[in-house]
Amino acid sequence: MPNLFPVLVIVVVLFVVLNLSAGLIWVERRLLALWQDRYGPNRVGPFGLGQIVADSIKLFTKEDWIPPFADKPVFVLAPAIVVATALISFAVVPFAPGFVIADLNIGILFLLAMSSLGVYSVVLAGWSSNNKYSLLGGIRAAAQMMSYEVFMGLSLLGVVMIAGSFRLTDIVEAQRKMWFVIPQCLGFILFLIAGVAETRRLPFDLAEAESELVAGFHSEYSGMKFGMFFVGEYIGVILISATISLLFFGGWLGPVLPPALWFALKTLFFICLFILFRAALPRPRFDQLMSWGWKVMLPLALVNLLVTGAVVLARR
Amino acid sequence: MFSLMRSLWEVFRHAFARRVTVQYPEQKAYLSPRYRGRIVLTRDPDGGERCVACNLCAVACPVACISLQATEDEHGRRYPEFFRINFSRCIFCGYCEEACPTYAIQLTPDCEMGEYKRKNLVYEKTDLMIDGPGKYPDYNFWRVAGVAIGGKDKGEAENELAAADLHSLMP
Repeated sequence: MPNLFPVLVIVVVLFVVLNLSAGLIWVERRLLALWQDRYGPNRVGPFGLGQIVADSIKLFTKEDWIPPFADKPVFVLAPAIVVATALISFAVVPFAPGFVIADLNIGILFLLAMSSLGVYSVVLAGWSSNNKYSLLGGIRAAAQMMSYEVFMGLSLLGVVMIAGSFRLTDIVEAQRKMWFVIPQCLGFILFLIAGVAETRRLPFDLAEAESELVAGFHSEYSGMKFGMFFVGEYIGVILISATISLLFFGGWLGPVLPPALWFALKTLFFICLFILFRAALPRPRFDQLMSWGWKVMLPLALVNLLVTGAVVLARR
Repeated sequence: MFSLMRSLWEVFRHAFARRVTVQYPEQKAYLSPRYRGRIVLTRDPDGGERCVACNLCAVACPVACISLQATEDEHGRRYPEFFRINFSRCIFCGYCEEACPTYAIQLTPDCEMGEYKRKNLVYEKTDLMIDGPGKYPDYNFWRVAGVAIGGKDKGEAENELAAADLHSLMP
């Protein structure tokens, strides 16, 4: 009998992630409402949880319209890429010791590569929509992702240097004595900002910017294709939150509670933080975003890298 | 950067603030007595119809949603034979109430008139008529008006002088 454990892990991870990303629609609306002194959806079912089902049914049954001027194959393909890359990234995320689909020894590189591939989805969506606002959104997304990915990778290198491994389980195990958020405080802040930019969420949602670009790259999308972008964004949020808790907050490490629960709690905390960002912060201008990225964040990431390297060398 | 942190904190503090939402179907917002909602036709304190079918409300209505037909009863009192308000047109501006010389037509603090069929929003006189005098409990048009109707001749209204004798030269 073949070993079915990996299959089980895959099924569980898919189930949890997909359901969580759908549930996040409700979580986000309730939390935003909480911070704006409202109630949010609280009518459908207990605590308004039925809203998730209602929203899904709505998305699935809406007319799936492909504009006649669009580049059809690319238009159809684009939303699939964002979900696929985000889901594939979860292959290397360890939820608990031993509970991981593929414990790659280049886990962080894999994560970064997959999130970079996610940009294609946005750019292709903007391009194939054949609409000037979509194209502008796509171009903005491409520029934003490229400039923020540079220091996203650099900010993680400090962690890698201290842990001495790209493997995510090794990095978590290296935090038994101290979470990496303490020695890598700057790296954490940089990665958090880059992570928000990477998921294209407020305050870095310049690719959508509904007040300027209608809805940016997904203006022309409807029905479940739009839903894919929606779900892909939430999977991205879960992924970045999970990455932050793995790399800087000791992943599943914690007293009393079972490891998976610790991991879930930490991830949930950062998801809520993402939603708080959305509730509180205004969107920057595009030139501000770019100059902030290249002139402030990148030098800071380099300084962080140099100092961490020097400390690691001196300790040896 | 500091202002960003501060706004994050200020927004987070709202998690513990009171929510301003009024949970509508269970809790209702206070509507003032002079709220302009569903239109009613009122009656005199003694129970007679106030409306004298003068058509001023229909003329004043900017969307022409009021239609009525005047007629007279055996006492010479004018009243509307039918009185119809199409609430799917009505904009609740209150001009009809302002135009009304007898306080007959009044707007009430009730705005819950949702219907599934548009036709159900056309209110007939029986739907509009209420039993009370509405906002002016003591006013009785026919009592103060100097018009002769059955049971009340000229000069017999409240605060009205006796009718002048046109054939006399005396003041």
